[in-house]
Formats: sequence, C-alpha cells, structure tokens
Amino acid sequence: MSGEFAPELSVESVTGIDVSLPVAGPGARSYAFVIDWHIRLILALTWYVVGAIIYNGRLALNAPLNNSGRWFGLVLLPAMAIYFLYHPLVELAMRGRTPGKRRAGIRVVTRQGAPPSAGALLVRNVFRLIDCLPGFYGVGLGVMMFSDQSLRVGDMAAGTVLVYEREVRDEPPPQAAAQRLGALDADGAEIAADLLERWPSLEPQARKRLARQLLQRYLGAQAELTDGDELQWRARLERLARPGS
Amino acid sequence: MDDSARRKALAAALLARAPAWQEARERARRLAHTRTDDIADAARLADDYRLLAHDLARARELMPASRTREYLENTYAQIHAALHQGAQHLGSAAHRLLREDLPAAMRWLLPYLWWTTLIFVLAALAGYLLVERYPDLIALVAGPDMIASVERGKLWTDGLLNIVPSSVLSVQILANNIVVSLFAYCLGFLFGLGTLYILGLNGLMLGAVFAFVGQHGLAGELFRFIVAHGCVELSVMCLSGAAGAAVGDALVRPGGAGRMESFRAAAMRSGVVLLACALLLVGAGLIEGFVSPNPRFALGARVAIGVGYWLLMVLLLSGRLFGPRALRGV
Repeated sequence: MSGEFAPELSVESVTGIDVSLPVAGPGARSYAFVIDWHIRLILALTWYVVGAIIYNGRLALNAPLNNSGRWFGLVLLPAMAIYFLYHPLVELAMRGRTPGKRRAGIRVVTRQGAPPSAGALLVRNVFRLIDCLPGFYGVGLGVMMFSDQSLRVGDMAAGTVLVYEREVRDEPPPQAAAQRLGALDADGAEIAADLLERWPSLEPQARKRLARQLLQRYLGAQAELTDGDELQWRARLERLARPGS
Repeated sequence: MDDSARRKALAAALLARAPAWQEARERARRLAHTRTDDIADAARLADDYRLLAHDLARARELMPASRTREYLENTYAQIHAALHQGAQHLGSAAHRLLREDLPAAMRWLLPYLWWTTLIFVLAALAGYLLVERYPDLIALVAGPDMIASVERGKLWTDGLLNIVPSSVLSVQILANNIVVSLFAYCLGFLFGLGTLYILGLNGLMLGAVFAFVGQHGLAGELFRFIVAHGCVELSVMCLSGAAGAAVGDALVRPGGAGRMESFRAAAMRSGVVLLACALLLVGAGLIEGFVSPNPRFALGARVAIGVGYWLLMVLLLSGRLFGPRALRGV
C-alpha cells in the first residue's frame, strides 16, 4: 500500500520546509474500516458466545427470559460496548491508529501533521452517528467523494486527516551509497548500493542482467560487458561505484 | 565546475550525513512513544528538525524521485509529529479540561443555551396545549399500551421494576439518552435544523404526555416519577441542543475564518460540553433506574436528589467542583 499517487497534505513548518503527507482516499479508508469492522464484530461475538455459554452452563446462546441483570451486565453490555466503543478507544490507545488502519498503512493526524488530541479523536468518532446515515456510511462516503482531502464529516469537525504512513526501510538507503558515489549520480549510487546489498539474494541471471544494465547506463561505450562469472560482474559494479572512478 | 559535477558533489555531501538522519529517526521514534521531561531531548529533537529540513530541501532538488528523498520525507514527518504532539500528562489534561476548558465552553454556549431552553419550553407548551385541546393527538407521541395504561388510571412506569431490573433499566435509559444527546449535537451539522427538530420533538412529547396524564389525574404521579432524574436529564437535553446550535450557527455565520474552520472550531469547543453531558447522563440513568421507579422513595427524597444532582451539574459546568478550593483539599 502506498500513497504514491495520492494528493498531499502540505503542512507549513517553522523551518520553511513543508511537511508533506500523502492523503488516504476512500479506498484505503474503506479497506481499513472493513478490517476494523470484522475485528470488532469477532471480538463482540466471541465475548457474547463465551459469556452466554458460561452463563447458561451449557452450549446455549439464548438470553434468559427473566431480564436478568447479571446476563445484561456481564454478557450483553460488554459485547455491545466492544462493538460500539471499539473505534474511539482503540484510536485513543494507539494515537490515531487501529489494527485496520495499520493494515491499510494509514493513520489519523491533525491538519498540522501531529498526532490528534483525545478531544479531536472523540469528536471525530461522535460524528460517526451522522457519517453512517442512512446506512453503510452513506453520508460519510458521499462527503468524502466531494472533499479535496477525502474527509468525512467527523474529520471536518475534529480537524483531522487520514494520511498514508510511508513505508520505508529503517536503514537509510544512501548510507552505503555515500561511499560509492564515484562515477554515478545520486540515483545511480542508490541503485548500485541496493544491488550490491541484495546481491546474495538475487538469482545468478538477475545479478548479471542488472549489473550489465547499470554499467551500460553509466559507462555507455566504455563499459566492459564481456560475459564473465558472477564475481567479475560484482567487481565491475564495485569499480563503478568506487569514489574517483 | 559544470552543473552535473556540482550536483554530484552536493549529493555526495548530502549522502554522507546519513548516519545523522538515522540517529534523528531513532530519537523521534523513541520520544513519540515514551514520556520525557528532559529539556536536552527536546533541544536535540529541534536540532534534528532543522537538520532534516535542510537536507530534505536539498534532496527534493537533487534527487526528487529517489529512496533517499522518501526516507527523508518520512523521517522529517516523524520528527514534526513528535515535536508537535500534545503533552501526555493525562491527569493535568483532565484537570485543565474540568477547571478551564469546560467553564470557558459553557460561557461561550450560554446565549445558545438560553435560546435552546426557550425553544424546548415553547415546544413543551405547544404539546401541552395541543393535547389539552385535541386529546386524540396523544396517539402521535404515545404508544397504544401507554395510552391504555393511563386510561386505566395507572402510569406505564408503575411496577416497572417487576418487569426489568434496575441495572438493566439504568443502562438502557442512559444509553438511549446519550445517543439522543449526541444526535442533538451532531445534527447541528445540518445548519442547526436537526438540533432544532430533536429539541422541538422532545419538548412537544414531554408537554403532550403531561397534558394527557393530567387529563386522567396522574400528573402528580408523573412529576413524582420524573423529578429525581428529570432536572438533569432535561437540562442536558437543552445543553446538547445548545452545543448543536453553536455548530449550526458556525456553519450559517462562519465569519472570516471560513465555513470549514468555523465548523471545526465550534465542534471542538462544544465537544467538551458533550463529554460532560454524557457523564451527567450516566448519573441520571442510574437515578432513573434505581430511584425513580422505586415506590419506597418519598417525594421529598426525590426532590432532594433531583435538585442536589442539578446543583452538582451546575458546579461541574461552572468549573467550581474542581476549582482551587477543591484542589487544595486533594
């Protein structure tokens, strides 16, 4: 999941360099919602089923006929609370994320790009009452379609936006490339560093093909492209990336 | 030096700073998940922010479609979020909410509260007069069982505890009231019309029911049932209506900030009051489940509970419940 083609939320910063966050559209939001809906449904049903079996003392899910307070307080009420309070509580605990949002690679932020306050999360969830009307989030989806940043009414009320979490590898990609700029430009150095890093995990044919393409691109006619074994191709690649080459 | 060589030299210098980026990224991640009071941490994070801003600007120019830029964008956004996140002191946040934000929101909502109360009272009066004049209209607001019960000379609330236990009744009532209250607030989104509808309908129903039971000599009984929980419940209805009206007004008269920003500001400001309303309705629900239907509570006790709880509500909303005096006692 990536926000490569998503519109961006551009946040002004005191440094003068805007923070740019790709905005999640209705697709990613619906995907996250469907996952969360299943999670809360499963959790609520599990509570109800286990509670009912323990309460009835046998494999039966039916409610007692006598309006028992114990049944209501220990079985029905917690199951309903799980279902209806899932979003506000989980978003509060995970600071704008839920398991569904995490799976979809999105999170809630304020329009300033910061994690939302508890008040903002509560307000955006209260407005679900409106967004879910008249059913299947009709109002929410409708408003989202016509909003620049795919906002539902709750987001407008709370000043929040859903943005993609950029998925980048934890180690900085250019660290190895920094020493290997050599004959390459910055992009080429990155690609060479990447290729050398991934070398052991690539198929022999792929190693040769990629190394050949890179050498051809940066050395053109001067490239030594005669066939050789894998060690030779690696050595050529390392020479290409060596500083001053 | 030609442009290509210059760009290459700049890129090389930029890429050499990668270890500093990684360090900044790890610091931002740590500070986003843990609490710290160390000023040095904050200062280092601010330095990281400046460094990343500088390097990101350069990366946007030198290598716009690279993974390096992607990495820097992400790290910069992480540090920005870590720097701009609110304080994580829950206790002090709750105190500020109850002592400062809630009273301030109430002062702001006061004109709306007068208007919504007036509308509610007028609607109740209209409902009363309509049913007084045309008794058959009660069928519009009351079910056949309720009508039949009153015509037999008994309130539908009599013997309620024989059918439903207090605990169940309380939770059903408070859940229903909280949802109605939240709807009154949220429907302010329809330029305040939804809020007016909910307030008007509830007022109309209350007046109509009072007129109907009055015609059968049960008005005193109904008052006896309502007084303990009703003082706060009806006040909260007007309060959430006021919050909804403020949201609607922000949309109708947005001012210079623009409609969206005005709506956001009003919703966030009045949302604090909604939180207090929900808490108050939990108490009102418990009273309605345990006290109101219980015939062992005398009228005097009911009035005392109703007025006492209402005064507690006033103290809470005015910020005096958790004011300086209360704090000194803690």
